[in-house]
Amino acid sequence: MTDTASTPEVQELDRIVVRFAGDSGDGMQLTGERFTNASALFGNDLATLPEFPAEIRAPQGTLAGVSAFQVQVSDHDISTPGDSPNVLVAMNPAALKKELHRLEVGGTIIVNTDTFEDRNLSKAGYDHNPLETNELDNYTVFEVPMTSITKEVCKDIDGVKPRDAERSKNFFALGLLSWLYQRPLEPTTEWIAQKFAKLPQVIEANNAAFKAGHAFGETAEMFDYTYEVKPAKLAPGTYTNIAGNVALSWGLIAAGQLAKLPMFLGSYPITPASDILHELSKHKNFGIRTFQAEDEIAAVASAVGASFGGHLALTTTSGPGVALKGEAIGLAVNLELPLIVVDIQRGGPSTGLPTKTEQSDLLMAMYGRHGESPMPVIAAYSPSHCFMVAIEAARLALKYRTPVMLLSDGYIANGSEPWNLPDVSTLPDISTTFATAPNHVDEDGNEHFWPYLRDPETLARAWAVPGTPGLMHRIGGIEKEDGTGNISYDPSNHQRMTDIRSDKIAGIAKDIPATWVEGDEDADLLMLGWGSTWGAISSASKRARAAGYKVAHAHLIHINPFPSDLGDVLSRYKRVICPEMNMGQLSRLVRAEFLVDVESVTKVQGQPYTAGELYDVIIDAAG
Amino acid sequence: MSEAPTTTKADWTSDQEPRWCPGCGDYSILTAVQLMMPEIGTAPEDTVFISGIGCAARFPYYMNTYGMHSIHGRAPAVATGMAMARPELDVWVIGGDGDMLSIGGNHLIHAMRRNVNITILLFNNQIYGLTKGQYSPTSEVGKVTKSTPMGSLDEPFNPISVALGAEATFVARTHDMDRKHMQETFKRAHAHKGSALVEIFQNCNVFNDGAFAQITKKDKRDEMLIPLVHGEPIRFGVDNEMGVISNAEGSAEIVKVADVGESALLVHDETRSDPSMAFAISRLASGPYQPTPVGVFRSVRRPEYAANATQQLAVAQDQKGPGDIHALLRSQPTWEVG
Ligand code: SF4
Repeated sequence: MTDTASTPEVQELDRIVVRFAGDSGDGMQLTGERFTNASALFGNDLATLPEFPAEIRAPQGTLAGVSAFQVQVSDHDISTPGDSPNVLVAMNPAALKKELHRLEVGGTIIVNTDTFEDRNLSKAGYDHNPLETNELDNYTVFEVPMTSITKEVCKDIDGVKPRDAERSKNFFALGLLSWLYQRPLEPTTEWIAQKFAKLPQVIEANNAAFKAGHAFGETAEMFDYTYEVKPAKLAPGTYTNIAGNVALSWGLIAAGQLAKLPMFLGSYPITPASDILHELSKHKNFGIRTFQAEDEIAAVASAVGASFGGHLALTTTSGPGVALKGEAIGLAVNLELPLIVVDIQRGGPSTGLPTKTEQSDLLMAMYGRHGESPMPVIAAYSPSHCFMVAIEAARLALKYRTPVMLLSDGYIANGSEPWNLPDVSTLPDISTTFATAPNHVDEDGNEHFWPYLRDPETLARAWAVPGTPGLMHRIGGIEKEDGTGNISYDPSNHQRMTDIRSDKIAGIAKDIPATWVEGDEDADLLMLGWGSTWGAISSASKRARAAGYKVAHAHLIHINPFPSDLGDVLSRYKRVICPEMNMGQLSRLVRAEFLVDVESVTKVQGQPYTAGELYDVIIDAAG
Repeated sequence: MSEAPTTTKADWTSDQEPRWCPGCGDYSILTAVQLMMPEIGTAPEDTVFISGIGCAARFPYYMNTYGMHSIHGRAPAVATGMAMARPELDVWVIGGDGDMLSIGGNHLIHAMRRNVNITILLFNNQIYGLTKGQYSPTSEVGKVTKSTPMGSLDEPFNPISVALGAEATFVARTHDMDRKHMQETFKRAHAHKGSALVEIFQNCNVFNDGAFAQITKKDKRDEMLIPLVHGEPIRFGVDNEMGVISNAEGSAEIVKVADVGESALLVHDETRSDPSMAFAISRLASGPYQPTPVGVFRSVRRPEYAANATQQLAVAQDQKGPGDIHALLRSQPTWEVG
């Protein structure tokens, strides 16, 4: 610390939205995650939005190669990563060019000036240097030579060449932002020490860069203020910052334990679902067999085989994978075996936008199989909710002997939020029973096992697993006779079996909570949502209520079947508006089911709704 | 699992009436299997038959074991899941040439390279039976069928060559006219730890009758089937006058024993780790009209997949202890809110 530096004033803010942007190789995701974690450990509420290109290494310095990470940090309960960032960290010209439009007017830009030279400017499509014109006059711009300072502070570290040193510049940026927003430093230095334990020079270089960034803020006399966001008043408990795919994986692992069953995952790598395969593969000590199959079809088919074998079986994928798995999921419908199908939705059709979010697989989840093949469809609404929804998927699959479609999406999967960890002892018992004895006696007094005899309550069939003496039986995709399970082409039997499969799934409505509605009971307007739009709808509704508008918000977790009171709920409002990241898929389902004139609001840009966009929708409708 | 149970054919026979066409080769394969099962000393409840779609795929319904008639082509994948979940069970896979080499070719080759413990019976009748007579991936070039009125253009697969190329550890061939040979071959396949593939020449008397008659008819066998016997020189012929040598190019070649002398004959070694000689032998016949090797082409040891997967679970438990959800939820940095 130098004695010439005057200490900047500390301003208290209720929330900040920071967007880190740079080239794919600049480590922006990591920088964002570290900033987030330090904030989480500090006690803020937060929500994140990582955004990266589909290419592993898009051409360096180009707009296509820009990778960004947005985080909202607040002193109160929030549910979105924020609409417009207050601060944009731009590590190169491409990042500035691509991300500037998001920044709030008057917002702060922190640029790495070292990259603003001809080559990078032209790669970004600039024919001039925007830092030398007046085009950024509406913003507060801080020009920091991050690369050169980082190289300078690393130059005396043994074994770190200037090229290696350059790679630590993201830690410089993190150090500077940590100073500017008064973030604690220990979580980051501890993380660096742990992460690079085997590479002492890398630890040294990253720490040097991190500290240099922090010191730069303190000494450069560039900044008039630092900012503080106090810890949020969250409910008491132990918290962790959780990403959706991790929560989903942990929920699945917990489901296996709660079901007291060994688990089998058949999966094929696909963005943005692969992290679940990775996470489950790390936890084989929970009795989880993970199988990276040769393709999506083998992934689900192996899970069907394992389910017949008595495992809690699942397959994880994204939309293109679900399309390939359709026939095997239909087999599971017909076999009436438990199976969890996880679809982390992404932009489609075809390869579409692999790293971007969308909710456009809903109708495929509902109907994407041939024949009449109903199955439960449930959806997670936030990163932490993925945990409970995974357990619910397993509960339904096991209790009703059915495949269950669990929908999440890229936004929830990669986004994170603080999670008040549940008390494990309060999690539900979802265990089931296997058949161990014959269940039918014929006229001659002979005992048989009939695989399609059902529980009269749930209509679930008996599940006898291979290895059980006396209960040998054959199942298959051909229509079966009710009861015996023998092949049957009898017309009235097919009608009966089709009815039973349909009634079984419809009957689940008795076994799920009533519709989740928040907000003004006497409102005329109901915002109806499902899945990851929850954050934006809920925060827009709160904003609208604070501004004096009346609005209610219903959010569906169970989509097939719908909660049994949903029709009544919808009929209580004059207007129902349903925002979705697709072309109106839930709207169609609800209109068809309840003949309610749902107004569909849609967005398919690979980006989640912002609360601001939906706030405008609400005040337009309520105003 | 029960200890070496005593069973009879009746214990392995379900109450369902087989529904293949009268005279179909599938009947003799079913009988061979049902008669053989008591001899391998396992229990019906510890046995699972998994099939795809096709005439052959009806097989599980007729076995009084656990069984699944799954979907077209996917039986090896379903069976892989079953074998991984329940490595203590005997898992059999049944399918035809269309099921396993066309729509399910991918699953078949990957099951074999992984060496998952399943016994695969590939009923090769060189035709699509259930869909009423289209050419299959093993049909000869020029095959005239409903879908190829001007003759098929596709080069057929040689299933044995495919299996050897796919790193299979046990590869054998038999035919539906010789129950004893089938049973011996099936028994060996069953005893093998890992993926075992048995190609069975099977007559579809409705859509491709007599496809193998030139080599499997009783009076043709001696001259047209080349029995592979481990450790023995490869010989065949009515008077054992023919033999097989490995020629200068490394190919297998049929010769008259008298021309080369007995010592020049290739001694069959099914345990060779390099599959190229087995592959060369598999290329002796381009179709069931030339002398064709039958028996075990290859039988080598390699770690079995499901056992290894189970082992990883045990190692993980040793290293980390049994799973604890409470601890898992706290495995990332946490903070307390009072
Ligand atoms: S069509 Fe051919 S293979 Fe199928 S049952 Fe009839 S004879 Fe057998």
